[in-house]
Parts: sequence; structure tokens; C-alpha cells
Amino acid sequence: MIFWFSYIQIAVALLAGLFCVISGFAGRTPNDFTLGSTALVEVLLVVQFVVALIAPAVGNPPHGDVLTFYVYMISALLLPAAGVFWALIDRSKWSTVVLGVTCLAIAVMVFRMNEIWLTQNV
Amino acid sequence: MPSTNAPSESIPPASKSAASTEKTVRPRVAGIGRVLVVVYAILALGAFGRSLVQITEQFSDAPLAYTLSAISAVVYIVATIALVARGLVWYRIAWVTISFEMLGVLVVGTLSWIQPDLFAHATVWSYYGDGYVWVPLVLPFLGMIWLSKNKPVRAADVASTKADTEPTEPTEPTEPSAS
Repeated sequence: MIFWFSYIQIAVALLAGLFCVISGFAGRTPNDFTLGSTALVEVLLVVQFVVALIAPAVGNPPHGDVLTFYVYMISALLLPAAGVFWALIDRSKWSTVVLGVTCLAIAVMVFRMNEIWLTQNV
Repeated sequence: MPSTNAPSESIPPASKSAASTEKTVRPRVAGIGRVLVVVYAILALGAFGRSLVQITEQFSDAPLAYTLSAISAVVYIVATIALVARGLVWYRIAWVTISFEMLGVLVVGTLSWIQPDLFAHATVWSYYGDGYVWVPLVLPFLGMIWLSKNKPVRAADVASTKADTEPTEPTEPTEPSAS
């Protein structure tokens, strides 16, 4: 993992999450902005996934448990995609909140992935 | 013969459409309850992933903690399904699983403070779920509030559909008499 990249990723996920939760409670149904910000979170996760695959080969191996890391990685990749899928089917304001919840969960998960990559025992 | 067939054919579609509109039951999970289900699903995914790793890699290190992890993962998955599924049985399962979660997070959370050596290895419920931003502690309460506000729909729906269909015929004659 590249740490400055994951911090940007966490920041983006937090902002996107807050934006979607607030939009949802304000009564907005899923729109281009909320779906787009969730899609951005997903795109950054895909980039992170590729980075994690390449990093060990270029002298940046994970210190923590690899299996744990990839369980987080795969779960994280699934979440925003599932959220967007949900939002396309259920066109209610609560779907916008759901998008926000998935983005906030991603922020926590990337933080944990950072910890796993950095430290030996998690 | 074709003349008798034509009306008989025209009647079934009408009755079918009427039946389908009557059968449409209100979804049990609506509004903010959907967000609750999503949070449950995410927690179920997290607990499942964690116990999967723990059991495949180091089960012998802490059998008690890891068995609890696995049980909690299963309970979260069942609770998620029970919140979505309709019917009285699932409603009861939802209560049982959510009560179990509340008990689990309170007991394991307290034990992990009092006797840390028992739970040296993390579970979802250790330290009241601080590894999961205390979501495991808050969620059972929200789940119970939501369940108690959303009693089983099936009985209520049967009552409401009966109430809808029965008064419609009497209301027509009563309206002119009232006016």
C-alpha cells in the first residue's frame, strides 16, 4: 500500500460518506452526485487493489497478515458496488443514506487495511 | 361456442389483476429500516471475514474467542436475513438473534475488561466492539427499537385488507343516508 494514497482515499471516502448521508436525510433520492462520489470511492479501491498486488514486487511488502488484508480488500471492493446496485433499484432517499453508510464503512476498512499492512500483529 | 369462450376468457384476466393487486403486501423493510439492514449486512460481512481468517490461520491460539467470533458471524447473518424476511417466524428469529447480540456484546464486552486473558484475541464483541466503532453495541438497541415499532405485518395486513374490502360495500349505501 502507498500510504499517502490511502490517506487520500480515507479522506475521499469520509467526505463522500458524509455528503451522501446528509443528502439522504435532506430527502434527496440517489442522483449523479451521490452515485458519482460512491463510484469514485470504488474506483480508488480498485486502484488500491492494483497497488497492493504490485507493491510487494517492488519492495513494499505487507508487514501484517496477507489473508486478513485481502479479506478486507475484497469485502471493501464489494461494498460500494453493492450500494450503487441497491440505489439503482430502490429509488428512495434511504438509498442515498445507504450509499453514505457504505462509503463511511470503506473509510474505516481502509484505515484498518493500512494498520494491517504496516504492523506485524493486528 | 366461441361466443361463450370470449366472455370466459375476458373474466380471468380481470380477476387475476384484481388478485395481484390484493396480494401486494407492504414491504416489511421500508424507510430507515433499510439502512439498518445494510449496517447489519456490513457487520455480518465483517464478522464473517474476521472469523474466517481467525479459524483458518490460528484457531488453536484462542478456541473460545474464535468460536465466539464464528457464532457471532452466523448470528449477524441470520439477523440480517430475519430483518428482511417477512412473516411471524422470521420476526421472532429477528428478536432472538438481536437479543443474543445484545447479550453477547454486553457479556463479552464486560468480560474483556474484567478478565482480558480470557479474550486475549479479538472478537467482534471485545471491549464492546471498539474495533468496529462500537457499532455492535449500538446496533442491537436500534434493531430492537425498530422491531418493536414494526410489528409483524402479515396479521396487520390481513386485518387491513379485510377492513378495506368489507367497509367498501357498506359505505356506498351509508353515504347517501348520512348526507
